[in-house]
Amino acid sequence: MKILRARFVTLARLGVVAILGLSASCAAPSSPGTSSSNPGTRDTFVLGLASEPDTLNPVLGYEPDGGSLLFDGLVRRNADLTLAPALAERLPDVKGTTVTFTLRQGVRFHDGTPLTSDDVAYTYQAVLDPKNNSGIRGDYTAIESVEAPDPATVVFHLKHPYAPILQRATLGIVPRRLLQGQSLDKVAFNTKPVGTGPYRFVSWTPGDKVVLEANQSYWGGAPAIKRLVMAYSADDNVRATRMAAGEFDATELPPKAAARFEDQVGLTVYKVPSADYRGVMFPLDAPVTGDKAIRKALSLALDRSAMVGAILAGAGRPAFGPVAPGTTWHNPAVDGTPTPDRDQAARLLDQAGWKPGSGGVRVKDGTPASFTLMYPAGDSLRKDLALAVASDAKKIGVDVRLAGLDWDAIEPRMAKDALIMGYGSPYDPDYINYEMFHSSFSGQGFFNPGHYKEPDVDALLEKGRAETDPTVRKQTYDALQQRIRDDEVWTYLVYLQHVYVVRGKWTGIAPAVEAHEHATGGLFRTLAEWKPAA
Amino acid sequence: MAAWRLAFTAPLLLVVTLGMFVLAKASPFDPVRQYLGDRALTTSPEIARQIRANWGLDRPLAEQYLTWLGNLLRGDLGESRSMHRPVAEVIGERLGWTLLAAGCAMVVMLAASLVLGSLAAWRRDSWADRLISGTAYANEAAPVFWTALIVIWIFAVRLRWLPPGGLTDAASGTVEPADVLRHMILPVAVLAFSQSSWLVLFVRESLITTLREDFVIGARARGLRERTVVVRHALRSALLPFITLLGARIPELVTGAILVETVFSWPGVASASVQAALAADFPLLAALTLLATLAVVAGNLLADTAYVIADPRVRVLGVS
Repeated sequence: MKILRARFVTLARLGVVAILGLSASCAAPSSPGTSSSNPGTRDTFVLGLASEPDTLNPVLGYEPDGGSLLFDGLVRRNADLTLAPALAERLPDVKGTTVTFTLRQGVRFHDGTPLTSDDVAYTYQAVLDPKNNSGIRGDYTAIESVEAPDPATVVFHLKHPYAPILQRATLGIVPRRLLQGQSLDKVAFNTKPVGTGPYRFVSWTPGDKVVLEANQSYWGGAPAIKRLVMAYSADDNVRATRMAAGEFDATELPPKAAARFEDQVGLTVYKVPSADYRGVMFPLDAPVTGDKAIRKALSLALDRSAMVGAILAGAGRPAFGPVAPGTTWHNPAVDGTPTPDRDQAARLLDQAGWKPGSGGVRVKDGTPASFTLMYPAGDSLRKDLALAVASDAKKIGVDVRLAGLDWDAIEPRMAKDALIMGYGSPYDPDYINYEMFHSSFSGQGFFNPGHYKEPDVDALLEKGRAETDPTVRKQTYDALQQRIRDDEVWTYLVYLQHVYVVRGKWTGIAPAVEAHEHATGGLFRTLAEWKPAA
Repeated sequence: MAAWRLAFTAPLLLVVTLGMFVLAKASPFDPVRQYLGDRALTTSPEIARQIRANWGLDRPLAEQYLTWLGNLLRGDLGESRSMHRPVAEVIGERLGWTLLAAGCAMVVMLAASLVLGSLAAWRRDSWADRLISGTAYANEAAPVFWTALIVIWIFAVRLRWLPPGGLTDAASGTVEPADVLRHMILPVAVLAFSQSSWLVLFVRESLITTLREDFVIGARARGLRERTVVVRHALRSALLPFITLLGARIPELVTGAILVETVFSWPGVASASVQAALAADFPLLAALTLLATLAVVAGNLLADTAYVIADPRVRVLGVS
């Protein structure tokens, strides 16, 4: 979702929201003729989604983490986030800087042409080609080259040992024939894609919906839902109303908007845990936030359980580190209490020389314990969290001033003002964290904006990236999480839950810990396996 | 007059597009950040720089403008960055929907305004006149998007007679005429209604004036039927200035269409211009600005021409 567009839509739809909000409570839920109480009896399933993709071309960044129903990657993810072969025949060994995939036999694209290793090599080469303006190129920089020695074999040559290469292999594979030699800025494929996935493309009405139909000859078996409409509606309340009216068969909603569906017959509300965290990023070279005692005390003083209860309507959990609980990589030792410990926080500040001063703000050597906390103005969740942080900080004598700004205004100030940020990926601990905490990324745009520079942390990150033994990797990332917690580089606040409403009874729904980006399919990534429950 | 307008068109378009480029340059929005969307926060500055260079955004403004102009003269409108498609294609597939909606709205607005305006003038100071004029004044003051929201609330949310937006039902995979027609009723009605106030009031005023003219009184004295008097004699002469006015109102129709299409999620060029502006998608925005300017110029030109044809006095005396 475009940051600005989202904000505008919010403005433009404010009236609609007010109106729909009013009506939602009093309109009788009479269903229009298109819907029936059991969607299994009709052949069209309508998904109400929040953000429309700009393009359906994986090379340009469409669902690289395997959330697309149109494309297959070399590998796919199971519900427990372990990898399974998809277009690859089996999972290859990852050792050193060469990774060789053997392709599944007999796979065809939707237009009937066979898939070969040439298409796979082209897909990755196209992402890496700077001319193509791919937004996801940075995720694949570890790849030196990709070659196809024979039609069933793809060989990746890496610049350096890179354990997460298999995780990156979820990228959807495109047919070289339809793209090669054309400008990807305007190739027809962007809006009329051809993949190998369980669904084939039918039509796209920009701003409205994408229509797909089941790929009857899918190598993984034909989906039960024959026709799929993905209708886009950025406004949460509009989606809730269309869900209530029976226009949608499933949708994604914020917790508060989903509450009304909790006890409705024929509807199921799914709350799916995610790795999507929100936290306070501290500029470590700035006078107040650069003092570890301030950061530690703030973390102790926060009432995370109140944040989860009041701001997230219960759909979330307290966060203490960048790796989500519920994933194999999480270090259980990195934990804290969800309720505040203000006495301990005050003791910490006293020991560090921050003495109570006038107006309730602590002072050390003439410097008041005061800093600015920025948040993106259009994001109401981050605004609420920022307000909560400021009021909790006040109780221990730390003055937090809030500034709601545009991303363009935030970026140049990140080296001196704190910021409510959100990231998080459940797939591999190298994702994002390398860029967040490695000194080489210090001050690079939104990577490591706090200028965290610790040689031993750099060493841990490099080891975790290059090491292929899972046990050693686990130890490495456990140590990393502990260091981040000890240094209180960020103060992590909450992990969100993503909430979905589904009409009817289905088998094959497999909730998995989700990523920060909502676009990776979420609960709907396994839609091809959904079957009406008898 | 018309020739003078034509000669003026080319420099006008140049000034408009140049102004747009300068504004775009001054805008705080970074097109690359908008292009990357969510991924802007996880993309290294080096990659963002590369994209900027590929688009030529790192070149001086004058060079960017001249490049764009040169491509335009060769018939190349460039690529829409937010939609990853040629601008010409985006406009091509959306223009039809806008022309359909705006065209229908024009016809409805003209027909309804003439009838209502004449009725109000003919039955001056009756309750019907008060109702028509009062509604027109109130409507003139109401913002279009507000009217649209009220209409959605009444007809789509409360009564559930008509869909609140879009081109077709969410569950339909094809574009069926009947389905489109159902989705068209509300946006067309709102657009027509919002543009019609001035027209109703204008028809009413000029008809009241004309009904007092000698030739109308003469027609009545000859015992002609009342309907013939009003329609054939009074209305005909009252409507002459109206043609010019219609041309002058084209810009309002353009802004009205933008608001109505946006509120009703109508997939036309007008709503695309809002999206292009928000996504800082300048190739698309530039082309759409050009299109809107052309529409205004063409509207005025048509009005001038129509006036010359309708009123012989202009041709003889060269009055404008």
